[in-house]
Amino acid sequence: MGILDFLKRRPEPTATVARERLRIIVAQERSSRGAPDYLPMMRNELLEVIKKYVHVDIEAININLERDSGHEILELSVTLPDGKAKSDATNATTAN
Amino acid sequence: MTAEIIVVTSGKGGVGKTTTSASLATGLAMAGKKVAVIDFDVGLRNLDLIMGCERRVVYDFVNVVHGEATLKQSLIKDKRYENLFVLAASQTRDKDALTQEGVEKVLDSLSEEGFDYVICDSPAGIEKGAHLAMYFADKAVVVVNPEVSSVRDSDRILGLLASKTRRAERGEGQVTQHLLLTRYNPARVAIGEMLSVTDVEDILGIKVVGVIPESENVLTASNNGVPVIVDTASPAGQAYSDTVARILGEERPLRFIDVPKKGFLQRVFGG
Ligand SMILES: Nc1ncnc2c1ncn2[C@@H]1O[C@H](COP(=O)(O)OP(=O)(O)OP(=O)(O)O)[C@@H](O)[C@H]1O
Ligand SMILES: [Mg+2]
Repeated sequence: MGILDFLKRRPEPTATVARERLRIIVAQERSSRGAPDYLPMMRNELLEVIKKYVHVDIEAININLERDSGHEILELSVTLPDGKAKSDATNATTAN
Repeated sequence: MTAEIIVVTSGKGGVGKTTTSASLATGLAMAGKKVAVIDFDVGLRNLDLIMGCERRVVYDFVNVVHGEATLKQSLIKDKRYENLFVLAASQTRDKDALTQEGVEKVLDSLSEEGFDYVICDSPAGIEKGAHLAMYFADKAVVVVNPEVSSVRDSDRILGLLASKTRRAERGEGQVTQHLLLTRYNPARVAIGEMLSVTDVEDILGIKVVGVIPESENVLTASNNGVPVIVDTASPAGQAYSDTVARILGEERPLRFIDVPKKGFLQRVFGG
């Protein structure tokens, strides 16, 4: 990159990135507001279990708590990667 | 008549709560209301400087709460508006200096003294000081900057206002929530570098009550100890005036949210 390019360089338009990240985190935090304190711990432990079988990142796990008239529904969703299950899932416990 | 209590809060620090509290209180006083503005930032007194009364502080909020001084002795009369009073924060390092009962007593006394509005300038964070500042509120001005951590924190604060206030606990109806977007830079929004008014409104699901542009007049005003709303020629001052009018129920279109078309002189000298 020449010196002129460097001088002319403008920062990337990043507001869209900020907006999308905020949409997701705000929605997530709202859904767990007033939820039991064990939820984050449970999420981490579930991640450990799921990791034994599939390669996923914590971002792939979504926990949602919904309340309506007396019912509480705990919804767990895991976005699976394309590669699906680990071929040697049974050995996974020793892998870490 | 009971005074209307308005908390100015944000979660995140340094976003413009004290600047807003000073201008909101002064703006309401300019509209003829009797107003007290209280600094809840125990240990980090600053509102007195922004209001320009730092050398007249004798007794403070904690002194009143502890019965070491009367409310009358502690309220500092503004030098410009005779219906505007400041109650300074204490410089004590004791975090427990304020109690819920103590704060309630002071607010009740202000009502009895015929105040129309009490503005509570909250400290940053969500700890005790911030909790006490919002607890008795009827209305809240949530100050937010167009920046990720500030937006996220303000959502947290909106949640607390809906659950951890006296109104919420007693089921007396919601604390009225006003979102105030400050330090807005239309030029950076135009080139996609900064979240826009609509971005922030969409993310938080609430309309703004005003947009205060990033403005050099704010620093000048604080240097002089004059709330920026008094500077009626400045964009920030005008934006604060609009905001106060809206809080009082008037409808006014948003200004200063588009890139200003600058004249030659302005381009050379800034403005
Ligand atoms: N619209 C604005 N344009 C430019 N500068 C601003 C604007 N609003 C606030 N500032 C500046 O931002 C800084 C922080 O403002 P202020 O003290 O009001 O924030 P705060 O939220 O009260 O901070 P704290 O959380 O520490 O109490 C100050 O230097 C102030 O001058
Ligand atoms: Mg402050």
